[in-house]
Amino acid sequence: MAESPHDTGTAPLRETPLAALHRELGARMVPFAGYAMPVQYPTGIVAEHQHCRTAAALFDVSHMGQAELIGTGAAEALERLTPADVQGLKPGRQRYGLLTNEEGGIEDDFMVANLGDRLFLVVNASRKQDDFDRIAAALPPGLRLARREDRALLALQGPQALDVLSTLAPDVAKLPFMGIAEMTIAGVPAIVSRSGYTGEDGVEISVPDERAEEFARDLLRLPGVAPAGLGARDSLRLEAGLCLYGNDIDATTSPVEAALTWTIGKRRRMAWDFPGAERVRQELADGPKRRRVGIRPEGRQPARAHTPIHVPGGGAQIGEITSGGFGPTLNGPMAMGYVAPAHAEDGTALELMVRGKALPARVVPLPFVPHRYAR
Amino acid sequence: MAELRYTKDHEWVRMDGDTATVGISDHAQNALGDVVFVDLPEIGREVSAGEAVAVVESVKAASDVYAPVSGRIVEVNSALAEDPGLINREPTGEGWFFRIEPRDPAEIETLMDEAAYAAFLESQA
Repeated sequence: MAESPHDTGTAPLRETPLAALHRELGARMVPFAGYAMPVQYPTGIVAEHQHCRTAAALFDVSHMGQAELIGTGAAEALERLTPADVQGLKPGRQRYGLLTNEEGGIEDDFMVANLGDRLFLVVNASRKQDDFDRIAAALPPGLRLARREDRALLALQGPQALDVLSTLAPDVAKLPFMGIAEMTIAGVPAIVSRSGYTGEDGVEISVPDERAEEFARDLLRLPGVAPAGLGARDSLRLEAGLCLYGNDIDATTSPVEAALTWTIGKRRRMAWDFPGAERVRQELADGPKRRRVGIRPEGRQPARAHTPIHVPGGGAQIGEITSGGFGPTLNGPMAMGYVAPAHAEDGTALELMVRGKALPARVVPLPFVPHRYAR
Repeated sequence: MAELRYTKDHEWVRMDGDTATVGISDHAQNALGDVVFVDLPEIGREVSAGEAVAVVESVKAASDVYAPVSGRIVEVNSALAEDPGLINREPTGEGWFFRIEPRDPAEIETLMDEAAYAAFLESQA
């Protein structure tokens, strides 16, 4: 038996401030984006996944990049790199957006929040160096990008997340979906946003590195809270139909192809003043060459990333799976991928070539499991 | 019951009369995590030792399972289609994968015994 290779870097792996806690909890650590990260704890991916859907799961996502953009005109400056409406973001609100390049490809997906006196950014671990270099290079005088390498990021996700966290900080329950606030939780100064990557209600909490372990222990002591690793995070986000940068979106895929046009602000679509606007405008008018869709294979067999997608009956290749696996809540295989627009309608029959055999599948609407965000 | 022999790829094999039953070790199932699907070989297929003949899929990844010895596939564990979790619960029992009629039964003797496999795992840790 031999497992598919993990990403094999040679550079020494970085650790998050929770590395010792992960090992104490019996986590299996794997390399991810240059960090040693917990892929699962002894209960296993399925149990951790189910726990997040029924109670509350604690994820360490400290590998992600955090930064603050400080100075007058920060929102306007950031809009030079993204089609998101940052200037229209009210204090106390967070938004999902894309960093695009001149060719209309996606450099990263990220969260931007208005903290009143500054913007707070969270970007992908694998892209943070690039993103922050590009943002810093694009800033006019008087603006400053402060990378917060000194902060950890924890995600508490699940239908019980807000209830249990409220016992430590009653104010968190007042946050609306995609709301953000600075508050003290269990004596620790935190930035809390009501958002996540699981499709469940929950929060992401930024805390100083030196307080992160005691804070995580406080959260794990709350009733119903259990740790979950990157394995469950991946199956949860795929059931929720959320993109993984590097798999489902990258520097070649456009916001229109990726079905992420909704992240482009209305004002931005009038002005067409963002990187890659020409391609986005053309694709909105004429249609893209491919579209990201949800795909359900028949039966129980998963189809993984890079599986070729064909027209049924041994027809031409019309696309490729970009994320695929087994959904524990869905109780079946699920995938996302790109197909030619003629094959992107819900219900369209497809064939997935898995190890030389054709696996029948259908285009389905996303998400696979309905979102249960706070209203 | 005959003793188990192991490969470096974490398959186990046990002679039951004329056929060799094959599965994956407890270590392997633990490393894989929750198994959700298995792709089993065709009955009658001639296989060589080291040839990829089955695939086991966990939530996280797909892994090949290799023939520990050369021979002909004579039976597959059809119970795994309904309940692939058998591989996690009883890796060396009801969670077996397939049976081979070995070309040379002596080939099994060249594989690691329990103690040698334990030492091998120790060396890999």
